[in-house]
Amino acid sequence: MAVADIPVGLRTNRSKVVRRILRNPLAITGLVVLAIAVVLAVFAPWLAPHEPTQTHLDQAFAPPGTVGHLLGTDDLGRDVLSRIMFGLRASLHVGLLAVATSLVIGVPLGLMAGYFRAIDALISRFTDLVLAFPFLILAVGLAAIRGASLGNAAIAIGIAQIPGVIRIVRSETLRLKSLDFVAAAIVEGAGDPWVLGRHILPNAASVIIVQATVAIPAAILGEAVLSFLGLGIQPPAPSLGTMLSDAQQFASRAPWAAVMPGVAIMLLALAFNIVGDSLRDALDPKASRR
Amino acid sequence: MKRYLLSRLWQSVVTLILATIVVFAGVRALPGDPALALAGEDRDPESLRAIREQYGLDDSLLVQFWQFVSHAARGDLGRSIRTGEPVGSMIAGALPVTIELSILAILVASVIGVGAGVVAAVRRGRPAEWAANALALLGLSVPNFWLGLMAILYLSVALGLFPASGFVPFFSNPIDNLHHLVLPALILGTGLAAVIMRQTRSSMLDALSADYIRTAEAKGLSPRAVIGKHALRNSLIVVVTIVGLQLGALISGAVVTERIFALPGFGKLTVDAVFQRDYPVIQAVVLVTATAYIVINLLVDLLYSVIDPRIRVRGDA
Repeated sequence: MAVADIPVGLRTNRSKVVRRILRNPLAITGLVVLAIAVVLAVFAPWLAPHEPTQTHLDQAFAPPGTVGHLLGTDDLGRDVLSRIMFGLRASLHVGLLAVATSLVIGVPLGLMAGYFRAIDALISRFTDLVLAFPFLILAVGLAAIRGASLGNAAIAIGIAQIPGVIRIVRSETLRLKSLDFVAAAIVEGAGDPWVLGRHILPNAASVIIVQATVAIPAAILGEAVLSFLGLGIQPPAPSLGTMLSDAQQFASRAPWAAVMPGVAIMLLALAFNIVGDSLRDALDPKASRR
Repeated sequence: MKRYLLSRLWQSVVTLILATIVVFAGVRALPGDPALALAGEDRDPESLRAIREQYGLDDSLLVQFWQFVSHAARGDLGRSIRTGEPVGSMIAGALPVTIELSILAILVASVIGVGAGVVAAVRRGRPAEWAANALALLGLSVPNFWLGLMAILYLSVALGLFPASGFVPFFSNPIDNLHHLVLPALILGTGLAAVIMRQTRSSMLDALSADYIRTAEAKGLSPRAVIGKHALRNSLIVVVTIVGLQLGALISGAVVTERIFALPGFGKLTVDAVFQRDYPVIQAVVLVTATAYIVINLLVDLLYSVIDPRIRVRGDA
């Protein structure tokens, strides 16, 4: 195997990056919170103490700490904890779906924009166009055309995140293209798809991962906003956003029903942001030491 | 400079044309017969024919597109199918609320963000930096509509410090107007403040290690004067850049904030239109937002090149 065949970035950095993250207590806290959230979300059907949509009108407005309802109940007597666990599930679902959408479209476009000068201008017009529609407006349009749903909310958020992915992948591609090992591969007679797929993409992976970790919390907040407005997940399906929009009606009577889902969203987003920040610092120690 | 201006202007025009095509195509993509959709509940053949006539739905797509653009350019955005009111005047009534809210939010976010960013950079490694960083991280992670709910619940309802909802026009009572908008502006500004803080901090750290700062210090300028002068100039650039980049988030945030505080602005118009399936209003709202985004970004770029001469040079090259 020629030297130029081994992706440089992956060869040197991986273990060092892991070590740097494990030495950062904040990063570990973030990872632990994320792990807990993922377990609660994935195993919600088995872990949740109650059915999230089951109403018990006789148990409405039970305060937190009530036996059987650790975080209390809402106006219909539904268990807040169970609804939060299922809401986390929906949040993570939308977050991952949205970011996957933006990566599937954004990464190839970013690679092409950085690698082929000829289509760079074309792709940046596309980016400008997408940017002209803020995610909420996109979601409004999509909800009008296709109806409000979890999937459409994820698509709207994902589309809105494409420009960010393109910009980052494009500039990383421009940087990598000017490096010697890429030039060497080209001299050896490698075709464009080979250079892009074998050399540039693997080395751009770390920036893409960092971008994804900061895009997921943004998407989760986006889902909460859309569901809160009624443009995302539709009741009675539990979502942290719809829980807040319900709780708004009776917030003075049962503040916990409005406080808890918000805390859950905040912790989830905070954990992702902390992990994303630490990952970026670990990958680029110069930036953090500044 | 002139060439930069022209190419930037040309890009904006192209984007605007593309955006118009997208909105037009989006309206055609409405499920089923657009006449049926526009008619709402009213399904009798006579009114359907009238709608077809009114909207020229039997014309060719190209003619329809031209009609759409030329009407929109004259400010004629159709009539609401719910109230019959011209959409143009509905938007004209709602926009000032949103513009005032956004400007206040940008002001609040700039003051907090620049202040915290400068402190974080100057007090490197001290508790003050740690606190500023933690606040920025929180600001990025907290759902601001939830923060709004909490503020209403605890500051307005429980303590009675601010009105929980409603709006008073600025020119009828400026004090009351500001009193109603302080809380929404603070809430809308949180995320923006966090981004501005982070950017200010890192650009200040860059600046503090730059040669011209060392020169200024060597000349015997006091640290306060050095930081004050250079921080001010830099922070202006940071704020302008971030506002340009975060404009989409600001517009989205304004919609939610208005919803929570029941402000009669653009956001309320938007959300109401979706629930009432008021298609002419939705179409107009999307078009106006896209146009506003493109125009403001053009202005931001021009302003940017005025503040930072290096951009001009690069544009001319």
